[in-house]
Amino acid sequence: MTKIGLEIHCQLTKLESKLFCSCKANYREFEPNHNICPVCMGLPGSLPRLNQKAVESATSIALALTCDTPEKIAFFRKNYFYPDLPKNFQITQLNVYGDMSVGGEGYVSVEDKKIKIRRIQLEEDPGRIIYEGASERTKITLVDYNRAGTPLVEIVTDPDFESPRQVRVFLNILSDLLENLGVAEPGLEGAMRADGNVSIEGGNKVEIKNIGSFHDLEKALHFEITRQQSLFERDIEIAQETRHWDDRRKITVSSRSKEEDQDYRYFLENDIPWVKIDQSTRDRLKENMPESISSKKERYIEKFDIAPQVADIIASDRYYSKLFENAYSDNNAKDIANLITTDVIGFIDTKEKQQNSKITSKHLSDLVDAINSKTITRNSAKVALQEIVKSGKDTKFVLDEMDLGQVSDSSEIDTIISKIFEDEKQAVIDAKERPETVNFLVGKVMQKTKGKADPAKTLELIKSKLNQ
Amino acid sequence: MNLNTSILKYIEDVKSGIFTVEEFTAETLQRIKDVDGDVHAYLSLNDSVLNDAKLIDQKIASGEKIGQCYGFPISIKDNICITGTKTTCASKILENFIAPYTATVINRLQNEDAVITGKTNLDEFAMGLTTEFSAFGPTKNPWNLDYVPGGSSGGSAASVAANECLASLGSDTGGSVRNPASFCSVVGLKPTYGLISRYGLISYANSIEQIGPMTKTVKDSAFLLNVIAGQDANDDTTINNDNVNYLEDIEDGIEGKKIGIIKEMTTSDGLSSEVSTATKDAIGDFESLGASCEEVTLPTIPYTVAAYYTITSTEAGSNLARYDNIRYGYELESEGYEYNSYISKSRAKFGPEVTRRIILGGFVPSAGHAGKYFLKALKVKSKLISEINKAFEKFDYLISPTAPVQPFKFGEKIDDPVTLMLLDYNTVTANLTGKPAISVPYRVINGLPIGMQIMANSLNEKLLFQSAYALESKTNLPEVPL
Repeated sequence: MTKIGLEIHCQLTKLESKLFCSCKANYREFEPNHNICPVCMGLPGSLPRLNQKAVESATSIALALTCDTPEKIAFFRKNYFYPDLPKNFQITQLNVYGDMSVGGEGYVSVEDKKIKIRRIQLEEDPGRIIYEGASERTKITLVDYNRAGTPLVEIVTDPDFESPRQVRVFLNILSDLLENLGVAEPGLEGAMRADGNVSIEGGNKVEIKNIGSFHDLEKALHFEITRQQSLFERDIEIAQETRHWDDRRKITVSSRSKEEDQDYRYFLENDIPWVKIDQSTRDRLKENMPESISSKKERYIEKFDIAPQVADIIASDRYYSKLFENAYSDNNAKDIANLITTDVIGFIDTKEKQQNSKITSKHLSDLVDAINSKTITRNSAKVALQEIVKSGKDTKFVLDEMDLGQVSDSSEIDTIISKIFEDEKQAVIDAKERPETVNFLVGKVMQKTKGKADPAKTLELIKSKLNQ
Repeated sequence: MNLNTSILKYIEDVKSGIFTVEEFTAETLQRIKDVDGDVHAYLSLNDSVLNDAKLIDQKIASGEKIGQCYGFPISIKDNICITGTKTTCASKILENFIAPYTATVINRLQNEDAVITGKTNLDEFAMGLTTEFSAFGPTKNPWNLDYVPGGSSGGSAASVAANECLASLGSDTGGSVRNPASFCSVVGLKPTYGLISRYGLISYANSIEQIGPMTKTVKDSAFLLNVIAGQDANDDTTINNDNVNYLEDIEDGIEGKKIGIIKEMTTSDGLSSEVSTATKDAIGDFESLGASCEEVTLPTIPYTVAAYYTITSTEAGSNLARYDNIRYGYELESEGYEYNSYISKSRAKFGPEVTRRIILGGFVPSAGHAGKYFLKALKVKSKLISEINKAFEKFDYLISPTAPVQPFKFGEKIDDPVTLMLLDYNTVTANLTGKPAISVPYRVINGLPIGMQIMANSLNEKLLFQSAYALESKTNLPEVPL
């Protein structure tokens, strides 16, 4: 049986400042080495000052993942030399003398399977290394320390996944959860990263590092499973090792053994006293926690009879769920939800578009009211939506301006039908012989009225004319 | 003008117009020119020291609000950062490091209008007991230039003893303030861990070290602690001292107080007969001051030096890892090196003692050895803490000589690291337990000083000063022959 475990790193980009100094947690807008200070550069004599908000955010994540959270947490030094590490040690957490990291022993349900969260820890992100040219042959290595000290949460799972697909589903759930909590922006480049480990029945555990995206992770896992299986079939031992994902060749490559033998000489970081997280803090964090995606989804299904797929889409996206929550009333919830998933999503399908969109919840409820009162057709609503997303103008104004009011006056539709019956004689004959082709005539009416004719009424009138 | 004066007397004299800040500073500068060629207490001088003094005179003349230091001259150990000045740690690796920020203690001194004379010599990165490990040559003991001044804050102690300033700030990781204070006959305080901000102090073993004042008198020590102590937002390990005034009630005496004489520190093999005799005299003085003295045993003490070197090497190995010469450091052509060969070349600039401790620090906490060394050392530390806490249930003070011997000649012990380490035997306990300890000048025998150490319970500095002041008042020491 294939066993896959994950190690996920997620930056707490919603925080104002870095983990141990007042430089910005959002380092992305700066010129290289312009978001640094003596503390995050590890200058001689500088001392870390713990960002208490980071501890709270990390604890919220632990609580949301149903983890146990200890009364007191401690930080450790992980000692190793690397150019992106200003102090040549990383301040991180470790559970050696009992539970000392922000959380452990939680789980996430993935399709009726519980994925166990072994440990959650808070640590500092290193800087970034930029190789000029290909990394193996470069003569110049540049280091940008803007990222150094960014608060990072590491989430370690047990090897509970059985397939790369399960990993993907889990990561989607996890990134939705982190975003919903309001502590992270998993969509930002490099804000959420995952390493995996794979073992197959009868083989040793192999860790895969250097994976750029979730998409690549899935590919790397597939590759690694295939590689291990073919070794196993040929009776070759699968070595316990760390392998790197080679993005160019799309394969995993064995890392130099030196890295595995590394002894990090962990010991307590005494510059940061133990941090108490008392029950009242945990209660407050729980209280302020936004409703979880799963409970939101359940509520939508049970209270409004919304289809599970529709509820899922709206509940897992903060933007859509906010639009929905502010738009619905008890009698139009289902219609609002459907409008969002069938039409709104088409116009606003990226984070960038969400940011630029001018649509408000009021627009949605106005549009659904207009549809339900037969003022406009579903089709017209879609046309109006496109304009509203762009301009944000009042719904009634847009409907008037674009002349989208529904034509439900029988005599008006009748006149149009008579004209079409003259133009499309063959179609009329066809419709009389085979009633299922009547939709062609309905479509013609819609075309003529630019979608404004009431479809039900149109069909009724066409049928009665055919029977004359 | 008498440069051998206390801070408190100096302030009185400036207030009453006997001399100006500039006059006193100029005289001090002249003294440095006259004697520091021999003593070598300073590694660098503050170029604008006279101007700094002049500005304070102007403040006084204009009636502007003046800080409580009134421009007294103070030297700073060269492992404490001051913006725009070299902070070398007496190491080739930081030979050209110019700090881009100022330590909290310096800010507090400057806010109270102290004048900084310059930066003083030390054993490289504060590792050593003689200043012989300074990359820029040793400091000489002003009492006899053939003798070591103690260390690692040897430059600070010598600068005060030789009247090249009125006070100094040192740092004490295992006795680095108290040991040279004892060797140079000045007052040296290692406060409770967390009482003084370490922000801007270049770390050696951060879990136990503290900055400490080095002064001519006990009252000056209390005065200086008033200026620099207290919580600091830049150092999470600092504690709130409720703005205690350490000078208040300092003359209250020690009548009725209980003093424990630490058996392990007063009967050890390494104790010289001169130091032993002086210790007996001191016990007599304490008793004549109305305190009751009684021997107390702390059985873990024989293991403390080993534990101390294990813990400090572990932390040093980590704290000094940042000196890879990539972000700052000295000129070194990187062309042709890859990362690992470059850092091993650049780190070859560390001196022998620092190298020894870095190597030790790579070994004792490593996987497979931590249980035998590092974790065992932590156990010694926690055992010692419970023993000393128990002792403080009974005693107000615990006393011993500061160092088991008097100053010795240069070169005498430098090749014998273990003997050197044992010089810390009486001082490391205060660091491992976080307790405050002070070294008080007590005797000068054969022209060489002996200091007595008094320890008190955590945050009991006020009580500590009362006993130190009482003992000081029993002494009558000669002036430095320089």
